[in-house]
Amino acid sequence: MCASGKYTSRGPALIPRMKTKHRIYYITLFSVVLLGLIATGMFQFWPHSIESTAEWSLDRRSVHDAPLVRLPVSSPIPERGDLSCRMHTCFDVYRCGYNPKNRIKVYIYPLQRFVDEVGVPISSTGLSREYNDLLSAISDSDFYTDDVTRACLFVPSIDVLNQNSLRIRETAQALAMLPRWDKGMNHLLFNMLPGGPPDYSTALDVPRDRALLAGGGFSTWTYRQGYDVSIPVYSPLSADVELPEKQPGPRRYFILSSQTAIHREYRAELERLKEENGEALLLLDKCSNLSQGAASARKRCYKGQVFDYPQILQESSFCVVLRGARLGQATLSDVLQAGCIPVILADSYILPFSEVLDWKRASVVIPEEKLPEMYTILKSIPHRQVEEMQRQTRWFWDAYFSSMKAIGMTALEIINDRIYPYAARTYEQWNNPPVVKWSSVNSPLFLPLIPPRSPGFTAVVLTYDRIESLFRVITEISKVPSLAKLLVVWNNQNKSPPEGEKKFKCPECTAIDGLSLDQTHMVERSECINKFASVFGTMPLKVVEHRADPVLYKDDFPEKLKSFPNIGSL
Amino acid sequence: MQAKKRYFILLSAGACLVLLFYFGGAQLPASGRNRHDRSRHGYRSDQPWPHFSDPLHQFLPWDQPDTEEYNIHISPRQKRDVNTSVYKGKRCRMDSCFDFSRCKKNDFKVYVYPQQKGEKISESYQNILSTIEGSRFYTSDPGQACLFVLSLDTLDRDQLSPQYVHNLKTKVQNLPLWNNGRNHLIFNLYSGTWPDYTEDLGFDIGQAMLAKASISTENFRPNFDVSIPLFSKEHPRTGGERGFLKYNSIPPFRKYMLVFKGKRYLTGIGSDTRNALYHVHNQEDVVLLTTCKHGKDWQKHKDARLKRFDRLKGVEMLHNSTFCLVPRGRRLGSFRFLEALQAACVPVMLSNGWELPFSEIINWNTAAVIGDERLLLQIPSTVRSIHQDKILALRQQTQFLWEAYFSSLEKIVLTTLEIIQDRVLQQESRSSVMWNSHPGGLFALPQYSAYLGDFPFYYATLGIKPHSKFTAVIHAVTPLVSQSQPILKLLASVAKSQYCAQIIVLWNCDKPLPAKHRWPATTVPVIVIEGENKVMSSRFLPYETIITDAVLSLDEDTVLSTTEVDFAFTVWQSFPERLVGYPARSHFWDSNKERWGYTSKWTNDYSMVLTGAAIYHRYYHFLYTNFLPASLKGMVDQLANCEDILMNFLVSAVTKLPPIKVTQKKQYKETMMGQSSRASRWADPDHFAQRQTCMNKFASWFGGMPLVHSQMRLDPVLFKDQVSILRKKYRDIERL
Repeated sequence: MCASGKYTSRGPALIPRMKTKHRIYYITLFSVVLLGLIATGMFQFWPHSIESTAEWSLDRRSVHDAPLVRLPVSSPIPERGDLSCRMHTCFDVYRCGYNPKNRIKVYIYPLQRFVDEVGVPISSTGLSREYNDLLSAISDSDFYTDDVTRACLFVPSIDVLNQNSLRIRETAQALAMLPRWDKGMNHLLFNMLPGGPPDYSTALDVPRDRALLAGGGFSTWTYRQGYDVSIPVYSPLSADVELPEKQPGPRRYFILSSQTAIHREYRAELERLKEENGEALLLLDKCSNLSQGAASARKRCYKGQVFDYPQILQESSFCVVLRGARLGQATLSDVLQAGCIPVILADSYILPFSEVLDWKRASVVIPEEKLPEMYTILKSIPHRQVEEMQRQTRWFWDAYFSSMKAIGMTALEIINDRIYPYAARTYEQWNNPPVVKWSSVNSPLFLPLIPPRSPGFTAVVLTYDRIESLFRVITEISKVPSLAKLLVVWNNQNKSPPEGEKKFKCPECTAIDGLSLDQTHMVERSECINKFASVFGTMPLKVVEHRADPVLYKDDFPEKLKSFPNIGSL
Repeated sequence: MQAKKRYFILLSAGACLVLLFYFGGAQLPASGRNRHDRSRHGYRSDQPWPHFSDPLHQFLPWDQPDTEEYNIHISPRQKRDVNTSVYKGKRCRMDSCFDFSRCKKNDFKVYVYPQQKGEKISESYQNILSTIEGSRFYTSDPGQACLFVLSLDTLDRDQLSPQYVHNLKTKVQNLPLWNNGRNHLIFNLYSGTWPDYTEDLGFDIGQAMLAKASISTENFRPNFDVSIPLFSKEHPRTGGERGFLKYNSIPPFRKYMLVFKGKRYLTGIGSDTRNALYHVHNQEDVVLLTTCKHGKDWQKHKDARLKRFDRLKGVEMLHNSTFCLVPRGRRLGSFRFLEALQAACVPVMLSNGWELPFSEIINWNTAAVIGDERLLLQIPSTVRSIHQDKILALRQQTQFLWEAYFSSLEKIVLTTLEIIQDRVLQQESRSSVMWNSHPGGLFALPQYSAYLGDFPFYYATLGIKPHSKFTAVIHAVTPLVSQSQPILKLLASVAKSQYCAQIIVLWNCDKPLPAKHRWPATTVPVIVIEGENKVMSSRFLPYETIITDAVLSLDEDTVLSTTEVDFAFTVWQSFPERLVGYPARSHFWDSNKERWGYTSKWTNDYSMVLTGAAIYHRYYHFLYTNFLPASLKGMVDQLANCEDILMNFLVSAVTKLPPIKVTQKKQYKETMMGQSSRASRWADPDHFAQRQTCMNKFASWFGGMPLVHSQMRLDPVLFKDQVSILRKKYRDIERL
């Protein structure tokens, strides 16, 4: 560039003296240089425009563009999950390392389409909407890393949310083919509907080596405490239906049963309860006159009467969540959203996120055997407790159930808390709804202690320049036997503090003594109070009418026998 | 010249081209790499999961739930029975291995097998058995029992131990009620022996539950077994030592950051962790000392580090350190754990796979740092990263947990039983808040209410306030004969209080109830209850008619003005878990007689307030009736005395704080407490002696003296101040 610039500036002087042959040569050379310049310039800009079109097309990527992977029949199959797995035996903690932010890093495998040797996909549905939402949420979160070498946890993009749509053996083979599988170490699978007919196992049947399972519907026999994560079954209605939050209080119905697939023995028992207690119970079933599909999922019927679901859930204090073929039920999510207290009848079921959530505050768990006593049991719960639970249910839904994102993040938080337990979220953070978080008072000194006299106290004296009164205070306070230390804070930049025992006279002191009576002073302090209250969002000060005095204060009793005879003598 | 110029131009043009390509070329591959990157991950590098445009299926088809009705299959009842037969042994759970039908509704009783002659029982196990026998859970009738405890000592199952009981297998199998261990609870501290220390007990426990120390997560059956702490033979049976923390210091750092002092094993299980400890030792604030000075041939292996070892005393080190390392011993649990807890030294657990004591109910993250043996070298930086606020909270929680569940063998045993009771009664079980916050699960009985706000302890946590009214309970023992009787005056002045919701007259008089019209007309309802058996303790029964949180307990001859009542109630609202009363009494240690003394003299401090005129939370009625043993309540009833002392003991044991005395009118001082109608009771010289006896009896049951002294009296804000009496809200209190 520098050379060509030089050339053009001198050009006119040089050219006339040249021969035509040379001139053509130079012009050609010159234009080549110029062209080169232009081409380079173009390159500077072109790639951007190329990329932006690529970006546009990527934004609209299709799952069908994902690379196809053919699984050989002989491809290895992982071992079945090891029931004795725990974080300290099956999880490689070195991958997570020491981390000042105490945050695990999660890697998501890029999407692949797995097919068997004859080209049949391993899953009938492929990537589901929900799993896609979940993976997007993880990749948007601060857990995400695209650097596979820095990852602590690996999430396959193979969707195993619903075991029904999976070919078990091939899915397992696909998992084993993942480049970092390594016996499933530090891999996390999400599954909401485990098992299949006729036995419906309570954990995903896909062999998965040591992979962690975030599963919906664990029983106490399949759940590896402290290793697996129990998650809810996401209800597709959550995204479609908005239910306004309802204030805690009495509802039209006491107990509501809205599930459609209830075992006939249990339905018979519910009907018996209905006979005994009448209007307080509402027993809904599917509407026989409606065809299958999304529309029928939004309706429930009772003797020809049609109710909108899930809106009807808001009309009841308690809602029955009975086990179906599986322990985990999507109904639980609907019920929580409606602010209805779930009555969970599913023996041995591990409730969602039970590692951190205190379900006693948001649900009633009754053994299946005691279904006939349900009404009596629920009646014995105090009203105020019912209201507490109603509030708690909605909070649980909002925070941990409302979307696939909420579910996924909660599961990752739980695993994160296990890896950095000293930085784990507290019980209160997990369980207290915002209302309680605001209004509750948790003293940092919560242990009831009556400190002994021995360490004494430190006196802190703030002073400006009223030396005389400062010395008076010091003299008085130093007589106190429990004084351990006296600290004077000299709050005056213009003067240096007095040294040692030197005494200062302070003529202006008496003038400032009237300070607290000053009208503007009072106004200022009121302004302070208002400002502070607005910053705190509430007035934290409490009014009391009592004052602490010594036991024998002002009693008709010999003064010399009193421990603190001088109090009140001023 | 021409040629020169030509070459110059050619050269510069060439240089130009080279430069161009150099810059352009350098950029080209770079942008190419970028593009490659982006196409691999999606359109933004920080959001790498692509946005798919195609319509995706729902994971749960709308019709799936309906097609999955399991009506065709076996009935749910049968399925439950199948569980019972399938999930046995290592897979036992309450659902499959426990017979709930043995447990009567709202009643959880424990049967202890009678001890057989000739059976050796260790002192620790003897203490466990007598604790159960002395508890409110005990029944001597196996037909009533929900849980069974063996009288065969199973604590030490180390074959090399002298305490080891032989032939346990046959002895257990021969027990008539054994029933393959169903509903049995087996206590165990040590199992297995050198070299592998397995967790096998050496006999078939069948379907019995284990209350076991050092249990590993692999062998622990969740919600079935109970993990208990390892305790020494010297662990006290009742009461137990207080925690070391006497006051909080801020900043909360102690001389050392992290210490450990203990045995080191040269080989075998557990040796890896302990041998590696010295890597972390830095001679300054991280002091980890291990010794091989145990076993037989330690002298062969001793080294220089041993010399420093003896100079530092173990307990002192714990007291001077912020964190205490608790590495695994031969077994997972170690004595260091309880030592650290008591010393208010935050335990740093290095014992992978140890199911921590009472893990079912205690949230250990609030009182300990759970480390990972694999990350030993990170431990110092981990504990240094913990913020001061957190350390302060952790330290206080160690003290709470120590005193609530660990300081005595009785607490360990009762906690174990309460955990099982919570599982059995289900609906009436404690929430995590009750277990993990003051005063702890042993004092918060879930049978009282399912609602936390009904207890006096959780108002601040829940951000709520107690009821704004109280119920007065007047204990009447003399027949109603004249209209000038003190009880009628009392009734009138209490009823006038703006905070009074209702008055209950507890008729504990042998004469029949007076007619309704004999009671004065009041604005608040007066309910007369005929006392059950007319005994003293009936004044503290949890009557269902008490609907308010606060109870004003009164003797019939108490003299109180409305103002005094009003003021005391406003004080109580600030201290709902304490006893708030008027006349106070004190206790002292009589070193000559080596027993506790009782005094009613005017002194500069007090530790009790009389319940003849006191406000407290109604929960204490429930606790008095259901928590205290029949022996103490029986003593009170028999003497018709000391009920107030017992109530003070109870409330102070719960709160760890003294009661609160409020101002009372001075001229009534002498007559306020029973100088008139019940003169006989208070003038009786035996009465005073009885109260001394009561104190000592109570203290021995509580395992220590729970009463706490106070030097404070709460007066109305302007009490006896030099301001106009008209400005004072509670002016009647100082008026003569």
